[in-house]
Amino acid sequence: MANKSGRSVLHISKRGALPWYAAWAIRGAAIVLALIVSGVFTAALTGLNPLGVYAAMIQGAFGTERKVWILGQNLAILLCVSLAVTPAFKMRFWNVGGEGQILIGGLATAACMILLGDKIPNWLLIIVMVVSSVLAGAIWGGIPAICKARWNTNETLFTLMMNYVATQLVAFMVIVWEVPKGAGKIGIINQNTEAGWLPQIGSYKYLLNILVVAALTVVMYFYLTRSKQGYEISVVGESERTARYVGIKVGKVIVRTMMISGGLCGLAGLLLVGGTDHTITTTIAGGRGFTAVMVAWLAKFNPFTMVFTSFLLVFLSRGASEITTIYGLNHSFGDILTGIILFFIIGSEFFINYRLSFLKNTGKGE
Amino acid sequence: MENSTAVVKMRNITKRFGPVLANDRVWLDIYKGEILALLGENGSGKTTLMNMLSGIYFPDEGQIFINEEEAVIRSPKDAFRYGIGMIHQHFKLVDVLTAAENIVLGLKEPGRLDMDKVAEKVKRICDAYGFDVDPYQKIYNMSVSQKQTVEIVKVLYRGADILILDEPTAVLTPQETEKLFAVLRNMRDDGKAIVIITHKMHEVEELSDRVAILRHGQFVGDMLTKMTNAQEMTNMMVGRPVTLNIERPDPVNPKPRIEVEGLTVRDPEGTVKLDNVSFTACSGEILGIAGISGCGQKELLEAIAGLQPAEKGSIRYVTDDGVREELIGKDPLSIADMGVCLSFVPEDRLGMGLVGSMDLTDNMMLRSFRRGRSFFTDRKNPRVLAEKVVKDLEVNTPGVSTPVRRLSGGNVQKVLVGREISSAPSVLLTAYAVRGLDINSSYTIYDLINQQKKSGVAVIFVGEDLDVLLELCDRILVLCGGKVSGIVEGRGASKPEVGMMMTRLGGKTNG
Repeated sequence: MANKSGRSVLHISKRGALPWYAAWAIRGAAIVLALIVSGVFTAALTGLNPLGVYAAMIQGAFGTERKVWILGQNLAILLCVSLAVTPAFKMRFWNVGGEGQILIGGLATAACMILLGDKIPNWLLIIVMVVSSVLAGAIWGGIPAICKARWNTNETLFTLMMNYVATQLVAFMVIVWEVPKGAGKIGIINQNTEAGWLPQIGSYKYLLNILVVAALTVVMYFYLTRSKQGYEISVVGESERTARYVGIKVGKVIVRTMMISGGLCGLAGLLLVGGTDHTITTTIAGGRGFTAVMVAWLAKFNPFTMVFTSFLLVFLSRGASEITTIYGLNHSFGDILTGIILFFIIGSEFFINYRLSFLKNTGKGE
Repeated sequence: MENSTAVVKMRNITKRFGPVLANDRVWLDIYKGEILALLGENGSGKTTLMNMLSGIYFPDEGQIFINEEEAVIRSPKDAFRYGIGMIHQHFKLVDVLTAAENIVLGLKEPGRLDMDKVAEKVKRICDAYGFDVDPYQKIYNMSVSQKQTVEIVKVLYRGADILILDEPTAVLTPQETEKLFAVLRNMRDDGKAIVIITHKMHEVEELSDRVAILRHGQFVGDMLTKMTNAQEMTNMMVGRPVTLNIERPDPVNPKPRIEVEGLTVRDPEGTVKLDNVSFTACSGEILGIAGISGCGQKELLEAIAGLQPAEKGSIRYVTDDGVREELIGKDPLSIADMGVCLSFVPEDRLGMGLVGSMDLTDNMMLRSFRRGRSFFTDRKNPRVLAEKVVKDLEVNTPGVSTPVRRLSGGNVQKVLVGREISSAPSVLLTAYAVRGLDINSSYTIYDLINQQKKSGVAVIFVGEDLDVLLELCDRILVLCGGKVSGIVEGRGASKPEVGMMMTRLGGKTNG
């Protein structure tokens, strides 16, 4: 074994708090590196000019006014789901059931629109839709929470399973309500009367959703950081024993928090079905229940930071689908680029928390 | 000592954690055939320094020489190659394996593994130094002291000549400590170098040949133990003269405050943890609880605090007017709602008493955050309280916005005790209030507890250091296997007497 002096040793040590500008400089550098690596990758695999590809991505996200609105709408829904799962994750409750909670909220909305449309005044219908979608999501999130609080079941598996139940339930109801018979889909609900369609602000189809989620962001921020309930969530998440020691009823907090989490996912379902799509399918959640987990973790559960992280993910996904259409590439290629960029951004957190250095043993003796 | 050779020379060792300088150009020599006691306050860098020797940390600067040759120790494996072994405070053993299996775990010896041969070698080591280990016994059947013995044998099996023990006596009874010391002396006489980190001065005086003292990460000095005394060592550690007496004022007007009768508690596995325990704790006095660790101390305090369901018995709180109220079946919140102000300093500071990732302010509000009708929390008063605790108890922290996890053990404890006594309690429960704390912090805590006693609080003090219990407490309740072995007056009780009661009910020998 060589144990001679004068040899350098790779050394990882934890950093103290880094000033915010240094942290952002590291993140910025990570994005630049990511773009370079993706560029090399693009050129090597497709022979295309990477700059052109990047331009197309930006074009895909911001190219026209319509595209900007779609970007805003997607951002709003993703952010809504991310805000919804945040209290649960802050409590260290692994809610991967956002998908199912969105679906069930959407299903409740659709049920109200189909069954009550034109039977009750529109304003009342919308109130009923809001209440039932939030309630449906809350119940869907509450069931795993109750079992967790009572019997300490595994919430990850439980919420995941609830996704499948929700998907099958929607699939079943789509057949029940299909229009026309045998079509296998519902189509636009109340197309003529627009009963139960959420009101449109001016001529902007997506503005309502964006405003609702913007308000929700602010509310969630203060709920988590300033309210007593938010404080309880942090304590339970950090240590259940500490929570019990100070007399917090852990089971109650778990159920309450998950009902809030599920309820807000249900609200996202309402915005999708009542606000924009006006129909329901099994794929309406579009994986947002899972993407939201990443958004929330990337933002370290800060609602305002989540605006940026969800923007990043939506931008990447919009850009990726644009380059697949423009260059006729396989859709997987867009996903590869997205993957590379996310890898660098997530990886940069390591360099923000730790310092790498090469130490040299000087070997000068005494 | 002068004619023996230094097996380890640490030169200019510096280690930083972020902005914190844990070790600052430390020089330390360790000799063969000698027991070195490494002393210093909490956060003075003792454990950090030893961790660099045992390969857990790597020094930022400086050199280590083993037998006059420069050594690069990057992992515990490297450390073993140099014959360095460390016995940590927390044992690292696999419960379901036997002693011998744990001892060879991780060793890559060529050829087939022959457990009988291993057992034979283990036996040889045990015989040489006077250990008492059955190589075929499973770890989960062992007492704490047996587990510690396995850890020591594990290190010796790997051929260690330099042994480092981090607070080895914290978990032992006086009798077990004696046994350990005898073994350590045998090893010293066999030519091994032994470093022991401890806070207990009488152990240093009893066991070590030489002491080395660190203060704020710097090496202050070393000397032969027989040339110095506890007072001088403490002064060097703290950097200024310190008085080493625990005061014990007479209780003023003691009245029953907590009456425990026939308390029986089982853990979730159904094991009886407390068996028919009865006693009374009075206001204005300190009731000490002595016992080997795990004899029901934790369950007793948690049962009083409303955190542990009881199977049988009663715990009654006696108000100033003589009204008795049952505490069993109530959770901490409903106990507080009854107007009973009960403070509890639990053993597990960061896992139960505090939230490590939260700052001082947020930890101050753990108890009080529900106050007021507002939906939102009030952070102004907790902030004021945090600043007051920092100032009054001399908590060493960059500020009240620092997560408590970043503070050293003594400071964490000060924050916890500070919060618990800030609510002007009528009952104060403390579990191992000074565990891992240096002398200076320990005395601060004793003072705080005495102040509470003087203001009429009923203090229940679970301790592990018998010397402290005997000096501090008015009465001492001794637990043995979940039963009350006896209650003795703190004034006049002798250490062997209490020690015997800890190991045997009633403390009587069977001839």
